[in-house]
Amino acid sequence: MQIWNFTLLNLKMINQSRYSLLFSFFQELGEVGSLVGKTLRNIFRKPWEKNIFIQQLEEVGVRSLPVVSLTAAFGGLVFGLQTYIGFHRFIGHGSEAYGGPIISLGLSKELIPILVGLMVSGRVGSAIAAEIGTMKITEQIDALYSLGADPNRYLVAPRTLACFIMLPCLTLYGDIIGIAAGYFYNVVLMGVNHFIYFENTLLYLEIWDVITGLIKAAFFGIIIAIVGCWQGLKAEGGAEGVGKATTRTVVIASISIIILNFLLSKALPGTLSG
Amino acid sequence: MIKIVNLYKSFGQNKVLQGVDLTIERGETLVIIGQSGSGKSVLVKHLIGIIKPDRGKIFVDGVEIVNLKEDELHKIRRKFGMLFQGAALFDSMIVAQNVIFGLERYTDYQPGKIQEVVEESLAKVGLKGVENLMPHELSGGMKKRVGLARAIAYWPEIILYDEPSTGIDPIRADAIINLIDRMKKELKVTSVIITHDMTSSYKVADRIAMLYGGKIIEIGTPEEIKRSENQVVQQFIHGQAEGPIENW
Repeated sequence: MQIWNFTLLNLKMINQSRYSLLFSFFQELGEVGSLVGKTLRNIFRKPWEKNIFIQQLEEVGVRSLPVVSLTAAFGGLVFGLQTYIGFHRFIGHGSEAYGGPIISLGLSKELIPILVGLMVSGRVGSAIAAEIGTMKITEQIDALYSLGADPNRYLVAPRTLACFIMLPCLTLYGDIIGIAAGYFYNVVLMGVNHFIYFENTLLYLEIWDVITGLIKAAFFGIIIAIVGCWQGLKAEGGAEGVGKATTRTVVIASISIIILNFLLSKALPGTLSG
Repeated sequence: MIKIVNLYKSFGQNKVLQGVDLTIERGETLVIIGQSGSGKSVLVKHLIGIIKPDRGKIFVDGVEIVNLKEDELHKIRRKFGMLFQGAALFDSMIVAQNVIFGLERYTDYQPGKIQEVVEESLAKVGLKGVENLMPHELSGGMKKRVGLARAIAYWPEIILYDEPSTGIDPIRADAIINLIDRMKKELKVTSVIITHDMTSSYKVADRIAMLYGGKIIEIGTPEEIKRSENQVVQQFIHGQAEGPIENW
């Protein structure tokens, strides 16, 4: 009888914790939805926080250039290397030059947007969460309210707009570096025929492939800024709370980027040329 | 005039305010005393709409602010200045930008006039030549005084002080209390002060209110508070460990 009661109690607790998990999931979803809605409204409403926006363009874009350069270059090199091995092993010597379009398409559509998204979520998303989280626990957010500044308009909207604009720019820059690195590995290092490599790349790579990557990057930018601001604004409990907000930002943003990448790859048309 | 009616606020299971009723008259200096964590700061943040109550009403000059939209609340906030417990200076801005922040949003002053007001506000709190320093270059007391300069720069009608004398030496603390008193006499501002410092409270207060158990349990002039028969009030104002207030 005691065992039966104990089992019932456990089942009840499991059910309760399931409900509370479900409840907190929908509550957090609601929080994010409301933050996105408010931010979109504030992006289109005057007066704009021009100075903060320009600062953020520099913070998100210009200061991410070194890390994007490095990851895109090595991403391009390794993708070039594996494509070379693949063609060499499965088709044979001389076929490696046909890897050009595959490298360019794979990089511009998938690898570079993902790499840029993950790098910027680690560098910028965590910084946004740490900065806003520190402002929250030191009452600077309350001070903004008291001095007539809406924290969403002052902090969230400029960061979101800056990430939305700069992620595609960084991705385009990363595409150039990555494709050049793939070319460098194949043509310069491995002696693949330059003419065939280049000709095939131009023949099969569509502008839409690059645009697909840029569209993805714009969505990733929104995710990074919104998750960073959301976690920062709900940080509490001192330095530990800020640390947790920062970690959660990187984890949530990275997972969301990877999932959204698949969904967008599925949803966006593979080609526009029919 | 500010009127708080039957105000309730909880954070999860923690019931912080449980039916606060309080009226603050125009031009008076009201000191709110109470234990740490009793909800004094929470109560004051309700007045400028930073925290929304679970239940109850707040009237500022006859306008009920609890359900106001953000734009309307913004107009009400214009009446208030607030000195935060840790000063809450924006740490990415220099001192002058901190002081300017409210001025730029609440007034249409020209840059020359703004510069003049910044210097004047800093001089009022006894600071000179710190305009270009970053907050991390200031001592705790200096931060507090810059916070005060920021709060008074745009001539608010009501100033909220959250622990104005905590964390600074007794001489500076007394100077700040004197400044609060001067602001009241010269500018007729309404002041709401949260403090544990009874010496300062007796010096500056027109009335003192004690918050305990989520309610205002006693309110009166400093003399009335000193003579209060409420044992909780007596224990608190005399700083005694033994008494009806639980220590831990």
